[in-house]
Amino acid sequence: MAYKTIVEDNIDILVAGAGLGGTGAAFEARYWGKDKKIVIAEKANIDRSGAVAQGLYAINCYMGTRFGENNPEDHVRYARIDLMGMVREDLLFDMARHVDSTVHQFEEWGLPIMRDPKTGAYQREGRWQIMIHGESYKPIVAEAAKKSADKVFNRICVTHLLMDDAKENRVAGAVGFNVRTGNYHVFKAKAVIVGAGGASNIFRPRSVGEGAGRVWYAPWSSGSAYGLLIQAGAKMTQMENRIVLARFKDGYGPVGAYFLHLKTYTQNAYGEEYESKWFPELQKMVGKEYLDPEASHLTHRPIPTCLRNHALINEVNAGRGPIHMVTMEAFQDPHLEEIGWHNFLGMTVGQAVLWAATDVNPKYENPELTTSEPYVMGSHATGSGAWCSGPEDVSPPEYFWGYNRMTTVEGLFGAGDAVGGTPHAFSSGSFTEGRLAAKAACKYIDDGKAEGIRVSQEQLDRRKAEIYKPMEHYKVFRNEIVAGDVNPNYINPRQGLDRLQKLMDEYGGGATVNYMTNDKLLHIGLKKLKTLEEDLDKIGAKDIHELLRAWELKHRVLTSESVLQHTLFRKETRWPGYYYRGDAMKLDDKNWHVLTVSRRNPETGEYTMEKAPLYHLVSEQEEAA
Amino acid sequence: MPTFVYMTRCDGCGHCVDICPSDIMHIDPTLRRAYNIEPNMCWECYSCVKACPMNAIDVRGYADFAPLGHSVRVQRDEEKGVIAWRIKSRNGETDLNLLAPITTKPWGTAIPQLKNEAEPTQEVRDSQLLFNEPKYIRMDDGDIHTLESAGLRMKSGVYY
Repeated sequence: MAYKTIVEDNIDILVAGAGLGGTGAAFEARYWGKDKKIVIAEKANIDRSGAVAQGLYAINCYMGTRFGENNPEDHVRYARIDLMGMVREDLLFDMARHVDSTVHQFEEWGLPIMRDPKTGAYQREGRWQIMIHGESYKPIVAEAAKKSADKVFNRICVTHLLMDDAKENRVAGAVGFNVRTGNYHVFKAKAVIVGAGGASNIFRPRSVGEGAGRVWYAPWSSGSAYGLLIQAGAKMTQMENRIVLARFKDGYGPVGAYFLHLKTYTQNAYGEEYESKWFPELQKMVGKEYLDPEASHLTHRPIPTCLRNHALINEVNAGRGPIHMVTMEAFQDPHLEEIGWHNFLGMTVGQAVLWAATDVNPKYENPELTTSEPYVMGSHATGSGAWCSGPEDVSPPEYFWGYNRMTTVEGLFGAGDAVGGTPHAFSSGSFTEGRLAAKAACKYIDDGKAEGIRVSQEQLDRRKAEIYKPMEHYKVFRNEIVAGDVNPNYINPRQGLDRLQKLMDEYGGGATVNYMTNDKLLHIGLKKLKTLEEDLDKIGAKDIHELLRAWELKHRVLTSESVLQHTLFRKETRWPGYYYRGDAMKLDDKNWHVLTVSRRNPETGEYTMEKAPLYHLVSEQEEAA
Repeated sequence: MPTFVYMTRCDGCGHCVDICPSDIMHIDPTLRRAYNIEPNMCWECYSCVKACPMNAIDVRGYADFAPLGHSVRVQRDEEKGVIAWRIKSRNGETDLNLLAPITTKPWGTAIPQLKNEAEPTQEVRDSQLLFNEPKYIRMDDGDIHTLESAGLRMKSGVYY
């Protein structure tokens, strides 16, 4: 192999993946580790990488305690009801009590945050969201990370974490390859913070052909947050909790500002309100604790997003689609009209392109909405990810093992999509989680927990051979055929991705089956996934770019297996509107008011599943009642 | 929407290759100009369009759902701290010019070098505080929230 091996040694903190979580980690690590060696390995270019690459028009997680708006516990209650109870409240409380300090720094760094001209407070979109001109959100936080880091390695696809050969279950760095030069990169580190992304493109997208790139979450979010951690044997939680988004059709443009700020609303094809009529039946499925429209009306407790999806899906299935967003009223106000367009340009330009292409003028017609294919992630309104320790002053014993945001592998930390049980972190919360992980990682090193790490040459050689195998394999078999991509000895990454998406869709509860699955389907899905895994040993990559796609696919497949295992384990329908277990259509608090935790044995590939208790934040008044 | 590159404008500088988050802007080895090698992995994030000094990159809506004949163009200026958009619809009825700030400070000047900050005390290291806290949480003298200060406790079980 002509590729060089480039070793970066003596790293204290390695940040693998620098989106909002990773940039937060790199930035903060410098404060607690003035003399520490902080290194970033990023798959793309840190200035425009991760889910915030094209910007954001809102920061969706901001308490506003400074303006007397919300307290951290309010946010915990909000995320809890939205996720039907299934959240890590210790982690949420911790993120929420720090997130404002993150946002205030963003403003100081130059991020334009809109202000309410009357009160002087940040302009609210809804209770939790503040409006920003965030086209350059990512370049701004990237500046902060670059200032703190000793070195930034752009275009490194991290494929594996390195494990300590001296002590079991301890991390020792990471390896990967340079997407431009093809060189093999070794990062030997005392602690690793995984800030990699969640998973788009594991379920078949609704779009076909070119439009397959117009997924809701970035197409480069390849589930590496989970692929890396699962391979290292870290425990995962809530991987069944995929999310389905109700968004503008085809472009998947955001609806938050439309609902909350522009006060637009939905109706069916015949101009009727449809949500409420599905609620009585739905209430029988999930119970009054989770769906109580009257109480919601009185207390402003939100109706969980999945349940609103459920109403939309059922209304369409009843033949009264499409569902429309009623924009014709709001868009008569030129100021609101401008905001409507800015909202897209700031974070989903493609929706503006689509409306321009199809002559949609929301002033004169109400655009269509649809529900997306499912996504697996841990920072938006869902909480898949690693089972991490919480902070010592909040977490109960089951949730605490020494260092905040540390996974069950020693020295391996997470932020953003990587951390499970912390939905509604969004951009600011992910950055905050990165900061928390960085402080904890510095402490881990200062406490002497990373002494005596040894990485054997055998491990480095084994990983190297594994990384380049798709290119070797291609070289060996390519000339057995005349031309083209049909070869009996290998599949290429796109073919593998197509197979993954089809099976996840049909067996795991994707969009084309109306999000329905059951135990039988899941078993078949898992079996097919195993043979796909075998075929991935024979994946062919014709160049370095395809090698990148091959490794993204491997991470997506590891993520998918975890999703199916978790979905099979939780024998209930906890989130109707996200997915349905046809063999257990009811929410079952008696048996399943728990968090699901899994571990894949890295040696054998076998899964073990367990239930972890749910702890809730209870106030003194509630306690007395 | 997938990007494409105008032959006569591209000079092969590679800014788009350098910035693309999806690694799909590559230089054609024969023509020495950039092109989108994998349109179905393009998120139409416009990172390359904004980075192109020649305005050579544009976007044509995805063929599977976007008809031809539209335009969404952009100019991003870090020095002026603004971004300007122009949206033109297929039928020409929508023609919008929209301007937004991208930063409130001269680019890159307002971010602290944490190496130069005072060394945190052991007490702060052992506390729950992050850099700039507690001050930056509320921008006043208020302290960080704890379970105790909020009158809360963590309780295991089904009901809250």
